[in-house]
Amino acid sequence: MPHLLSILIWLPIAAGLAVLALGDRQIAAGRWLALAASLATLALTVPLWAHFDTATAALQFAEKLAWIPRFQAYYALGVDGISLPLIVLTAFMTVPVVIAGWTVIESRPAQYYAAFLIMEGLMIGVFSASDALLFYFFWEAMLIPMFLIIGIWGGPRRVYATIKFFLYTFLGSVFMLTAFIYMYLKAGDYGIASLQALPLTLSEQRWIFLALMLAFAVKVPMFPVHTWLPDAHVEAPTGGSVILAAIMLKMGGYGFLRFSLPIAPDASRELDLLVIALSLIAVIYIGFVALVQQDMKKLIAYSSIAHMGFVTLGAFVIYEIVAATHSTQGAGMGLDGAMVQMISHGLISGALFLCVGVLYDRVHSRQIADYGGVVNTMPVFATFMVLFALANTGLPGTSGFVGEFLVIIASFRASFWYAALAAVTLILGACYTLWLVKRVVFGAVASPKVAALEDLNPREFVVLGALAVAVLAVGVWPAPLLKVMQPTIHHLVTQAIATKL
Amino acid sequence: MSSPSFAPATPEIWLTCAVCIVLLAEVFAGERRRGLTPTLTLLALALGAALTVQYGQVAQRTLLFDGLYIADELSWVLKLAGFLIVAVALLYSRSYLENRGILRGEYYVLALTALLGIFVLASANSLLTLYLGVELLALSVYAMVAFDRDSGVAAESAMKYFVLGAIASGTLLYGMSVIYGLTGTLDLGEIAARLNGPLTPGLILGLTFIVVAVAFKLGAVPFHMWLPDVYEGAPTSVTLFIGTAPKLAYFALTLRLLTYGLAGAVGEWSQMLAGLAVLTLVVGNVVAIVQTNLKRMLAYSTIANVGFIVLGFVAGTPEGYSAALYYTLVYVLVALGSFGVILLASRKGFEADRLEDYRGLQQRDPLLAAAMMVLMFSTAGVPPFVGFWAKLRIFQVLWESHHLWLVVIAAAMSVVGAYYYLRVIKLMYFDPPPETLPPTARSAGVRFALGLNAAAVLALGVLPGPLLDLCARLIH
Repeated sequence: MPHLLSILIWLPIAAGLAVLALGDRQIAAGRWLALAASLATLALTVPLWAHFDTATAALQFAEKLAWIPRFQAYYALGVDGISLPLIVLTAFMTVPVVIAGWTVIESRPAQYYAAFLIMEGLMIGVFSASDALLFYFFWEAMLIPMFLIIGIWGGPRRVYATIKFFLYTFLGSVFMLTAFIYMYLKAGDYGIASLQALPLTLSEQRWIFLALMLAFAVKVPMFPVHTWLPDAHVEAPTGGSVILAAIMLKMGGYGFLRFSLPIAPDASRELDLLVIALSLIAVIYIGFVALVQQDMKKLIAYSSIAHMGFVTLGAFVIYEIVAATHSTQGAGMGLDGAMVQMISHGLISGALFLCVGVLYDRVHSRQIADYGGVVNTMPVFATFMVLFALANTGLPGTSGFVGEFLVIIASFRASFWYAALAAVTLILGACYTLWLVKRVVFGAVASPKVAALEDLNPREFVVLGALAVAVLAVGVWPAPLLKVMQPTIHHLVTQAIATKL
Repeated sequence: MSSPSFAPATPEIWLTCAVCIVLLAEVFAGERRRGLTPTLTLLALALGAALTVQYGQVAQRTLLFDGLYIADELSWVLKLAGFLIVAVALLYSRSYLENRGILRGEYYVLALTALLGIFVLASANSLLTLYLGVELLALSVYAMVAFDRDSGVAAESAMKYFVLGAIASGTLLYGMSVIYGLTGTLDLGEIAARLNGPLTPGLILGLTFIVVAVAFKLGAVPFHMWLPDVYEGAPTSVTLFIGTAPKLAYFALTLRLLTYGLAGAVGEWSQMLAGLAVLTLVVGNVVAIVQTNLKRMLAYSTIANVGFIVLGFVAGTPEGYSAALYYTLVYVLVALGSFGVILLASRKGFEADRLEDYRGLQQRDPLLAAAMMVLMFSTAGVPPFVGFWAKLRIFQVLWESHHLWLVVIAAAMSVVGAYYYLRVIKLMYFDPPPETLPPTARSAGVRFALGLNAAAVLALGVLPGPLLDLCARLIH
């Protein structure tokens, strides 16, 4: 199918505008249109996956149109093994978001669906852009719908949270843009491939690395620029939290893989300990922070930061592996782990936020103390919640296990201590997640409100069921995912290990 | 010199005629037919634009009137843009003027003479012509600020504007006289040729005065004091006028005077401008945060944007000037819409100039709120809106001319700036609408124009190529 990527980007955006045009009065039609568009987008990722050639690291489904001839900037798209899974994840996660908002969103629903659909298109744009300027264009444009989603449909402190979110991300991005411009002036165009091939001195690489890292670290988010995330997650409506956790955080990780490692390999090697240290702090310190949270959403938000620490750890530990073993053999495993961890965390954190949303819709509280004994009134829900919680702790058989296991093995090749420290998270993760489950799901019925709870309706069952299947599928049989990524990861290792000096 | 054809001066000639026609029409139409003048003015502007397209274009740089007047593609485009911007500004203003009982012919005549001043500036090739344009524009605008004669605030602003403006004009004139004394000519091309040698203290003296005057006209810190007071105090329709078309003229003033006439001293004035730009960016953005009045906030936002325009000149290259031109055009397009929103939100006896007047606007008037949101995101420099490309261009030319620190400061300040634009969106979208606010204006034509204005900001943001190319072509 020609222009498949363009269709994936513009179909949801066009549908979003159509929903907006239908308005709140015809919201019944708008809702179905939104659902149809998100399902159609998901369906279109099937041919994308099916026709993807897993033997090459080259960009596939490439499209290239002149966009701004003056800057040599192109409307250039293409996918490889690291963007394809993320595009599929984006399309997959938007469907539950649309369904989850079905009856819950009462104020300005047309704008709600429009915002999510437009954002879906823009996010797919971020993952498929093969021109840095186009990438930045989508990357920044995406902030607008998210800003509105948190600000309009969010909780009591939504204004503070959304402005903090916007300014944090904007600050990071602006310096990424200046780095892009600097490289453009040297390379002559904005193509990501030419930026990757651009020879740079070590001091140039250092500054570029830091500028890019500012943007990506905020998005991931890495300690110490993570403070926007708990606020944004807690205040965002359920759908907003899901997209934020499942997709937007992945853009930081994607950025590291797509830009930082190949563009500034020598600076990455030089500064890898910085990233590894920050990742380990995220894994351990944030794990402890998660332990003491009283608010379910905040707890999951902190758990997200800890889990994303594995992504950055897996991406940068490759330099230590090469330094320790003098071979690139094991390095790919770190990147494999980082990628699987991103997909898996997207599914699990999205699912957990949806679970919290299910409870919140009924009880209108996110405080752990207001719950207890949910299993007595909502057995089906409790099953799902326990499954996702176990996946979050990295139980074998779920997707959470694969990513963390790969990263820990890879770290082991670099140093025992990295692996040991990273493995602490398995314990900590189990502590805060299982303790959450114990307090919310199990025990005696805590209050009349819990006693009056009704179990999942079919709509919620379908959503959580689909996610559960995905979590188990990736956990039990990650081979297809790893196979899709394999040549690209291999190529990335070569790029990241090579020196530009 | 070739046989003098006055065709390139068609815009000025026609505009002078139009001023007379509108003035006379107002006299003969009398009190009863108030609607005549606005319509006639819009027709005159449309016809002027058509005549300019037909006759005003020149194949290459042409000098007229003994070298006092220059016609090139840049002046042609600036004049066409001037016609369009003034027409849109007057279109937005009409019901506002009507509601306040100041819909008089003189207002339109003054707008046309101000436009004439802009044209003279755009085509000036001599210090004399430049000064003529500056004064024609300034005097018309002073009168417009004071137009609502029963308003004490407006009178105060006009007085402030006039006194400070007169000082700036004096400064400009003094600087020009020094340059004239050093070179013995008023012709910009001749000045450039004769200033080829080493810099003398006298030249630096003259240059300093000229840079101060230019900074004053642009509204660069520390010569910005008039700007917030005038923007706030003037009737909103006049603020809209001052905030848009004259920016093109002052861009032309800076371009012709500094980069053409005083090209030899580029090292000196670009350093002076760099200092001004940094101050302007910081003061404009930081002070805008604490404003509670939207007009005053937009005034400080103007100052902040002027900082970016000046940065284009700091680069000291044709690329830089074309970036400044692009930024100016984009800024004018966005300012036109933002002040247009204020005009549409105003009613009789209600100015809609406080920020809190915009609370819940999204639920009261979705179109107006959406347009304002687009304009605010654009000024903040967020894609997919055109303001992003304007900032990108400035960053680019600063990198090219190795102004690392200016890039960093400009980038940091654009993040600071984003805060107060977001606050406007927060008020419109996140806050519930209060019940006491009057409804917004419902005139379909004007709303359509505003919708087009916002759509242009989006369209030029998605496909920025043509305008970027145009700006690069205009400045070789």
